[in-house]
Amino acid sequence: MTLVKTTYNRRSFLKGSTLAGGGMILGFSWLASCKPTPEQIKSMPKEWFDINGFLKIADNGMVTIMSPNPEIGQNVKTAMPMIIAEELDVDWDDVTVEQAALNTDIFTRQLAGGSQSIRQGWESLRMAGATARHMLIAAAAEAWQVPADEITTNEGILSHEASNKSANYGEMASAAGAMAVPEEVALKEVKDFKIIGTDRKNVDGLDIITGKPLFGLDIDEEGMLIAMIVHPPAFGMKYKSMDTESVKAMPGIKDVFPIEVYPEGVEKQWSDGGGIAELVAVVGASTWQCMQAKKALKVQWEEASKPESSSDHDAALTKLLNTTAAAPARQDGDVKKAFKNAAQVIERTYSAPFLAHNTMEPMNFFAHVTSEKAMLKGPVQTPEFLEKTLVSVLDMPLEKIDIMMTRMGGGFGRRLYGHFGVEAAVISKQMQAPIKLVYSREDDMTQGTYRPAYKITYKAGLDKEGNLIAWHVKGAGANDDLVFENRFPAGTVDNFLAEKYTLESNVTTGAWRAPRSNFIAGAEQSFIDEVAEAAGKDPIDFRLELFDRAINNPVGDPEKNDYDPKRYAGVLELVKEKSGWTNGGKARGVSAYYCHNSYVAQVLDLEMEGNTPRVQKVWCAVDCGIVVNPLSAKNQIEGGIIDGIGHATYSEMTFENGKPIQENFDTYQLIRQQQAPKEIESFFVDNGIDPTGLGEPSLPPIIGALANAMYKSTGKRYYNQPFISEKQVLG
Amino acid sequence: MANYTLNINGVQQEIDVDPSTPMLWVLRDHIKLVGTKYGCGIAQCGACTIHLGDDAVRSCQLTVSSVGEKPITTIEGLSENGDHPVQKAWLEEDVYQCGYCQAGQIMNASAFLKSNSNPTEAEIETAMNGNICRCGTYTRIKKAIMRAATSENA
Repeated sequence: MTLVKTTYNRRSFLKGSTLAGGGMILGFSWLASCKPTPEQIKSMPKEWFDINGFLKIADNGMVTIMSPNPEIGQNVKTAMPMIIAEELDVDWDDVTVEQAALNTDIFTRQLAGGSQSIRQGWESLRMAGATARHMLIAAAAEAWQVPADEITTNEGILSHEASNKSANYGEMASAAGAMAVPEEVALKEVKDFKIIGTDRKNVDGLDIITGKPLFGLDIDEEGMLIAMIVHPPAFGMKYKSMDTESVKAMPGIKDVFPIEVYPEGVEKQWSDGGGIAELVAVVGASTWQCMQAKKALKVQWEEASKPESSSDHDAALTKLLNTTAAAPARQDGDVKKAFKNAAQVIERTYSAPFLAHNTMEPMNFFAHVTSEKAMLKGPVQTPEFLEKTLVSVLDMPLEKIDIMMTRMGGGFGRRLYGHFGVEAAVISKQMQAPIKLVYSREDDMTQGTYRPAYKITYKAGLDKEGNLIAWHVKGAGANDDLVFENRFPAGTVDNFLAEKYTLESNVTTGAWRAPRSNFIAGAEQSFIDEVAEAAGKDPIDFRLELFDRAINNPVGDPEKNDYDPKRYAGVLELVKEKSGWTNGGKARGVSAYYCHNSYVAQVLDLEMEGNTPRVQKVWCAVDCGIVVNPLSAKNQIEGGIIDGIGHATYSEMTFENGKPIQENFDTYQLIRQQQAPKEIESFFVDNGIDPTGLGEPSLPPIIGALANAMYKSTGKRYYNQPFISEKQVLG
Repeated sequence: MANYTLNINGVQQEIDVDPSTPMLWVLRDHIKLVGTKYGCGIAQCGACTIHLGDDAVRSCQLTVSSVGEKPITTIEGLSENGDHPVQKAWLEEDVYQCGYCQAGQIMNASAFLKSNSNPTEAEIETAMNGNICRCGTYTRIKKAIMRAATSENA
């Protein structure tokens, strides 16, 4: 039996109960969205009892579980409550899920990012459920005057066999809320899980397919105005002046004014990212009227820093790769000597462009700021940090700022940077009215906060037997130094050198699904494929040999190597078996990568349709420990694979004198139905290890598998993303 | 500004807006039916797909003045309780991730199945190519459409 201390959240639990008054009647929204059937009316709860901040139980045994973290499509709104329900020991059909508001007193890390919600929430969620169950048992023990350890639970029913007593959770809920929070609680054994590890459908499914207002852009409040922004047309430009007279007179327009989002002296958080300091706000009665006004508005901009073009970025990254670092990020052995002694040396350079996140729901936020308080609501992955910035920008104490998260129409890292929430608050304060800030697609795509442009050079040395004896990696990125020096193949090769460089750019950048890995994996795994071929070895066997080395006789301090070679090899072996791997004539590629604490190996089959790859099948083996909800876990894997294939093949953001060339989906190509893989099959390593990340890990390696399969089909290696671009077609 | 009487989901709606206003914004800002989504505003992503009569159209390109008396159906009016065969198939396949594009996908798929009740995989791919899903749920979307087609033919 696993016992966990509840101390970490004890204060929070108690505070949560105190806040709610313990056992008080709470309003409920259960089934509010659709007409209840007669049976449902019969079972409608009359009272709800707060057990702790994570959950409340109704008199009839229904349970409402708060999902603490922001939902961006990674499906934590189903998975996190499943973990609580497991330890609470209830029937999942009796559970309703609600999105929690930002509440740092009760919840920890209300953030969607780094594929960490489940991994970092695992213990506190289990504890929340187990603690509530413990308190229900304590209440029953007191009511029945029997020892607590003789009471058992099963799917929401408390029983005491000896006295033949039983009750559902609802009957004990009121008393349970008043019970002492235990010092420590027992958690279930993995083998006893009934909910975790089973397929559970998305809790918002019905609302999604019937078009319910779930998203930030759907917010409609009494007296609400629409606000839009105009930002500088190019990176390196800033606001100068404008003529607002004629535009202010346009139908529906309430006001047009410049806003200082981040005035001098404001304390910014990392989450403010590439938020633009000064913008123009257009406020009106409706979105279409604001869009028309934006079009008519003439704003003068001036140069703030030197404008950059894509050709400048390319040249500057190349220049960085031709320098030598004073202090390498990691150095094992002597690569210089090893390359001199090598039978074969292979050197290749890979590149990738800036990418926009392009969430389908453009950036937006609702704000109602008065002198008394600030009420904000919308899609943000980092509400806690947004609140901190607002304290400084609005000069208002934290307690007076409320933030509610809405379901997000995609995140991919874009909504880690909540500058749009700050913008909404500043506009609302100026207007003294509730406003909904709406970005047009063009505003969204040209704002910045991009995946950085990258370039990386790999050099490998092989001895006469085709063993890898030297590895040199040099990477550079825009505002990002790219290389993970302690990841594979560090630790598998005697002579190893890693160098990294940053290109300072005024094109703003940010985390984009699987930061750095989204480029490195494709480059590294393509390079390994080429090296294995030069060594005359099967690409899977070649990798497994390297992992053998890392398992049996690792190079350098094994503590420093940021991966577990056994788990790495494990997913490769699993995908080898499941795909019936042969390195024969088929257009088939393999790839494996580790990130976000999870291991993924993929095999991909394709057919080229003219110049374009059509993926026929992907086999994907994943080791992310315990899989909470296999149905949606597979969905994440499929999405990551399609996302990776799409962006590596088709997408890019380019610039001419600081101006983004791509502004909408007519010029920025995203993968579509006809280009998507025909079939994806996923497999999990069943090892009972605590769960790790899954929102990101399937994306990075697929780019390598794709490039390797394309090589098999066309005889050409693919070094520069996007693989299929105008440039590439013209040679 | 001008007055229009529109037939939306079987209900007559009176509105007073500029004739150039796209139906997307009429629905979202004026009628308060927000199931129809804004994605690009230039008919590239399909998030705003509605039915005009039996046809799937991009509501971001359909001005209010051009609607006339043709009935409009939005995701909210596709079925009473989310039980249209396409919606049911979406639930069965647990298609969505973020869910934002799915109303447009469903509206496009349901119009398509009306015109082709027994489609091949390739026909589905062609019909659905105008609807972007940034989360990459394409394989599930295709499966759901095949499921809906089968259930309708059953």
